[in-house]
Amino acid sequence: MILDGKSPTGPIENTWDKHRFDMKLVNPSNKRKYKVLVVGTGLAGASAAASLGELGYNVETFCYQDSPRRAHSIAAQGGINAAKNYPNDGDSIRRLFYDTVKGGDFRAREADVWRLAQVSNNIIDQCAAQGVPFARDYGGYLDTRSFGGAQVSRTFYARGLTGQQLLLGAYSALSRQIKLGTVKLYPRTEMLDLILVDGEAKGITIRDLVTGKIRTHVGDAVVLCTGGYINVYNLSTNARGCSATAIWKACKKGAYMANPCYTQIHPTCIPQAGEYQSKLTLMSESLRNDGRIWVPKKHDETRPANEIPEEDRDYYLERKYPSYGNLAPRDISSRAAKEQCDDGRGVGPGGRGVFLDFRDSIKRLGEDVIRERYSNLFEMYERITDEDGYKVPMRIYPAPHYAMGGLWVDYNCMSNLPGLFVLGEANFSVHGANRLGASALMQGLADGYFVIPYTIGDYLAQTTPGMLKEDAAECKASMDEVEGSVEKLLSMGGKRTPAEFMRELGTIMWEYAGMARSAESLGQAIEKIPVLREEFWEDLKVAGAGSELNQQLENAGRVADFLEFGEMLCRDALNRDESCGAHFRVEHQTGEGEAERDDENFSYSAAWEYKGNGNEPELHKEPLTFENIHYAVRSYK
Amino acid sequence: MSPSKNDHKTMTLKLIVWRQNGPNEPGRFETYLAREITEHHSFLEMLDVVNEDLIKEGKEPIVYDHDCREGICGTCSQVINGLPHGGQTRTTVCQLHMRKFKDGDTIYIEPWRARAFPILKDLVVDRGALDKIIQAGGYTSVRTGAAVDGNSILISKEKADYAMDAAECIGCGACVAACPNGAAMLFTGAKVSQLAELPQGKVEAMERVNSMLGAMQECGFGNCTNHYECQASCPKDIDVKFISRLNREYLKALVF
Repeated sequence: MILDGKSPTGPIENTWDKHRFDMKLVNPSNKRKYKVLVVGTGLAGASAAASLGELGYNVETFCYQDSPRRAHSIAAQGGINAAKNYPNDGDSIRRLFYDTVKGGDFRAREADVWRLAQVSNNIIDQCAAQGVPFARDYGGYLDTRSFGGAQVSRTFYARGLTGQQLLLGAYSALSRQIKLGTVKLYPRTEMLDLILVDGEAKGITIRDLVTGKIRTHVGDAVVLCTGGYINVYNLSTNARGCSATAIWKACKKGAYMANPCYTQIHPTCIPQAGEYQSKLTLMSESLRNDGRIWVPKKHDETRPANEIPEEDRDYYLERKYPSYGNLAPRDISSRAAKEQCDDGRGVGPGGRGVFLDFRDSIKRLGEDVIRERYSNLFEMYERITDEDGYKVPMRIYPAPHYAMGGLWVDYNCMSNLPGLFVLGEANFSVHGANRLGASALMQGLADGYFVIPYTIGDYLAQTTPGMLKEDAAECKASMDEVEGSVEKLLSMGGKRTPAEFMRELGTIMWEYAGMARSAESLGQAIEKIPVLREEFWEDLKVAGAGSELNQQLENAGRVADFLEFGEMLCRDALNRDESCGAHFRVEHQTGEGEAERDDENFSYSAAWEYKGNGNEPELHKEPLTFENIHYAVRSYK
Repeated sequence: MSPSKNDHKTMTLKLIVWRQNGPNEPGRFETYLAREITEHHSFLEMLDVVNEDLIKEGKEPIVYDHDCREGICGTCSQVINGLPHGGQTRTTVCQLHMRKFKDGDTIYIEPWRARAFPILKDLVVDRGALDKIIQAGGYTSVRTGAAVDGNSILISKEKADYAMDAAECIGCGACVAACPNGAAMLFTGAKVSQLAELPQGKVEAMERVNSMLGAMQECGFGNCTNHYECQASCPKDIDVKFISRLNREYLKALVF
């Protein structure tokens, strides 16, 4: 089937304004008759729930954490992009649009990206008004810094804690609505099923993580803001609780999963230290503004980093990409690091690491300036590695970080299932095959504050409120299904723990579908994953009971979903027989090892329809056309 | 990802852990051994190892809150050897590493203990009371879309920095757990100070301080008697000067 993203037509500058006018509105006094279920309370979810509650809708919001303020958006460090052009350095909405489409390697829908760039400026204003303490210069004006993939300084920040501050801003707006009674909050709650009525999303089934009770919540629309699926690699920069469960349950009910193979591997993370490790820690990409990345030129280098003279160091990013240097985009920097380590010049234990060196900027600017800019990151580095980044170069290595893919949505952020909206990292919309730094925060808040408040009205205005009642057969069937699957997880009585299975799946995903993929490696993954899945359903051991706070059970459910989702990711990667952005197929590279796109055959978004376990999912294509930007080879040289 | 195969020296530690099945059940200490722990294990990774062992032995694993494991979400919450987050300066439990311990050590692990934080299970407590304090007024009442240009209201760098110092609070509740009165004054003071310092928040400062303090009392938090244990245990080193600011803002609201 050919999918229609329903992009508005006409000059791109006017698309969003025109579309806003064309959409239907819900009468103010009717809004409270509609109930909206918002799942997830990160930037997208909290801003959506707050804004919808404020408009007068009756909102219920859910998170698995004990408080909405703990959603993983909180961990974003570097900043948020906006096209304010305050520094007068040539930025504009068009340039942010251009950089994002190009950065995504021409695999995103133009109109969506334009809208993102357009509302980016409103986000900064909104957050400043909430009391987000953005960095200011001595004149009292908002300060910006540079980020990878852009040649202008458009990244607004709050120390190295931008995600925290923006999330606390959205959380404060949400808290205000909770107090006003327009939003009802359900913390420590996990969504385990989507309920459809005649193909439209009208409810969810959840498990109360404290009591273990399964229950349904009914509404008139469901908004999934449940983040990305990058924990399918087990070790990633995401929080331990981040999972694909909500979007996967929706996929199993008929929502299409788009471009799951677009996975971002972040170049600046602290290398893994051992098998027991539970997560990889990211060091903000902003460090690349002042840190220089290098490896020794010699394969058998044994001198300590500081004793290696200039002529024996290979500043490979500066060498290969002179105009962007250490600020080359994430996918390119990550692959370059892997290349150096594969070549046997990696540093640190196991040889999987490269240096990130502040010696020169400390010499140029003084240690105080570096401390002022990044002290929290240096501190974090020291706590984890026991090394002082001011004195010896840091060691970094790429790690799974972000999912560009996600549930397919149209221009209204609505999935192919009417009434199911998907925002933020959970959808696939704007980042194409690679996301630029400081754009995730921008997207989450754009979707929540400035897109969904308009687009959900267009859908609700055409529906009758209260179609699904809690005692309906659809709810009962969903509850039975969820109770059955919880029961099944608990009854296996095998020997291996959920964590062990997740480690094994993560290893398969990283080895065969990680930074570099081939038809052969993906074929192997597609053979291995179902075998592991079968073992899971025979040999799983889950301690405890279902009627209590049971973290093993929660984890087992997430692992079960990853075991299904991971296979779909590999099938998508196998189907996409080209390299683009973060998706690197070794068969398709230039003589210099850069990604080689195939626009003739793959200029489409791949949306997969689940057809049952063990069956191949069905591919639907949404063709991508570029009218405002011409295809170009993405060069950062 | 190929981990290093270094031969780290390993440690064995004795853990004395608080176990409690539910809010209304009696709790008790249980003793476990943590084996094969290296200096590179984080504290929570050490507990992960212990839990895997417990499961293999057919025992119930220890339940504890954790999520981001990089010191920012504020989920992890354990009192280690009597100190919330274990006592390392500016460090949450998840960022504490086992190199701070030595082979043969005995480690006591307990949940946050405060009247306003009922224990749900083992080391997990209900911190919903902190959300209630924010809901009472920890915001500016700006409508989505109603904001003026970010640069139309200038904020001096000192004010922005002061607000940021307060805003770094991660809401973990260590300050409450450390306080002999179970007070949430540092938590509340940080939010009140951040917003009172900024022009955007100043407008509602008086109403805010009153309702947030009201919520604080309703939730069963105690009051400040200047022990300063809160700052000492705060993983973000939030300054007690924000408690003084809270008191000043409260006085202002009383007087005017």
